[in-house]
Amino acid sequence: MTLNIFVQHFVNALSLGSLYGLISIGYTMVYGILRLINFAHGDIFMLGAYFVFFATIVYKLNWILGVIIAIAATTICGLLVDRIAYRPLRQAPRISALISAIGVSFFIENFAVVVFTGMPRPVVQPKILMKPIILPNKVRLIPLGILVPVVAFILVAALLWLLYKTKPGLAMRAISFDIETTRMLGVDVNKIIALAFGLGSALAAVAGILWALRYPRVEPFMGMTPGIKAFIAAVFGGIGSIPGAMIGGIILGFVEIMSVAFFPNLSGYKDAFAFFLLIVILLFKPTGILGSKIEDKI
Amino acid sequence: MLKINDLNIFYGAIHAVRNVSLEIQQGDIVTLIGANGAGKSSVIRSIMGLVKINSGEIIYTPKNGKPVNISNMPVENRVKSGIALSPEGRRILPQLTVEENLKLGAYIRNDVSGILSDIDYVYTLFPRLKERRKQKGSTLSGGEQQMLALGRALMSRPDLLMLDEPSLGLAPILVDEVFEIIREINSQGKTILLVEQNAWAALKIAKRAYVLETGSINISGTGQELLNDPKIRAAYLGG
Ligand SMILES: Nc1ncnc2c1ncn2[C@@H]1O[C@H](COP(=O)(O)OP(=O)(O)O)[C@@H](O)[C@H]1O
Ligand SMILES: [Mg+2]
Repeated sequence: MTLNIFVQHFVNALSLGSLYGLISIGYTMVYGILRLINFAHGDIFMLGAYFVFFATIVYKLNWILGVIIAIAATTICGLLVDRIAYRPLRQAPRISALISAIGVSFFIENFAVVVFTGMPRPVVQPKILMKPIILPNKVRLIPLGILVPVVAFILVAALLWLLYKTKPGLAMRAISFDIETTRMLGVDVNKIIALAFGLGSALAAVAGILWALRYPRVEPFMGMTPGIKAFIAAVFGGIGSIPGAMIGGIILGFVEIMSVAFFPNLSGYKDAFAFFLLIVILLFKPTGILGSKIEDKI
Repeated sequence: MLKINDLNIFYGAIHAVRNVSLEIQQGDIVTLIGANGAGKSSVIRSIMGLVKINSGEIIYTPKNGKPVNISNMPVENRVKSGIALSPEGRRILPQLTVEENLKLGAYIRNDVSGILSDIDYVYTLFPRLKERRKQKGSTLSGGEQQMLALGRALMSRPDLLMLDEPSLGLAPILVDEVFEIIREINSQGKTILLVEQNAWAALKIAKRAYVLETGSINISGTGQELLNDPKIRAAYLGG
């Protein structure tokens, strides 16, 4: 393996892992607060990809505007999912919300088939993101490959700042330990939960946009596999932990890319690695890398 | 300041609070005593809005305001109108620091400098908390957690401070300290509703007292009257 090829794989793994990480933050935040696996989250990611496709390719807006619109529209969809499908079930047994989540996921996927058609559509990549940069030793890098992890790290840093330095962030951390106590101190918990859904959806939108640029196409079921893998990344990193989600995503990205790079024969099993990782972590450290034991409430 | 009329609370088939009426005058310490399971927490939690009531009225008169029936008011609005609760079991947020717990108590406020000076006020009431300001809530002892729960409830600058069993699980010397501080907070103008199983200590500082037995109030009077009542002495004060 030449240095060039290794660097390519490395950047690839980092990009893919950052995308898993961005998606998995949405899972981990919602799970941390509501103990709910938001099955619709992968579909929210898909909507982000479609929105940017429509904004920039169908309606020919410039990319910056298209990205802003796509993030905003996706965030609104995420908020609507919470408002319509989960909030009415807040007092219901947890299994009800879980079933509702599966229902929402099917609904969004099939709605997308009807509205967007089931056909995959190609995304035209902006040239500036694809023009290789040549480094010494013939190492070639595509700007997009660097953009993805950089964007991901900036967003995670911003999110951590929000969680640890602002008042809504304090409320969000409090809620994930004890909703009722947080409520009795005067926090409108539905607002804070909505904030978690909104932030998670915005990050998923960014991931969807970058994914659409990378692969470069969109289709209604594109959220399923990345969604499941990102969920695994969240469990792997320790569900409820935001740095954990990011680390879990990046590890998963490296496992997938590097195993295929070093053992090309295994490429057929690429999607199985994530599940293998899940089984291993559940057997040996069910709380994940950074997870703390979630105490049962009294 | 607060008047409850014919309150009933059910949990499924359990009739936990039966036709309870009580009244709290501005500036008083009022205590609600009773055995474990009598329904004390249910009453206090319904005032905060944490349990649904099945019938009855909870009339609250905010400072400089008109009486309103708050039975359907969202919890955060009750906090804004001056009600605060230090809950049974303290409910300190374990992963937040002492200072973050206090800041969360001030969530409805936006006056940054006022919040900081109130945090200092809590630290003068409870110097132990100042030493531990950067520590996680989970690392505090039971007594320190109780002090933090009290301090946190003060941070919204309530007019009506409700305390659910603040002496529960504390060493006797700490119990005295906690009751002393309750008296001090009251002397600075806060109205207090004190729920206790430690009837003797509660009656000693209470202006008015209500005794809850399996969901009903059958006895009430001044703290002094109940301390001298032979039935109360037999049932709650150990003879
Ligand atoms: N969330 C609940 N669900 C069902 N029963 C409850 C609940 N909370 C309290 N109870 C029941 O209501 C009664 C009164 O409880 P509570 O108000 O906690 O009493 P106290 O605070 O005086 O010990 C008890 O019989 C208790 O078991
Ligand atoms: Mg109780």
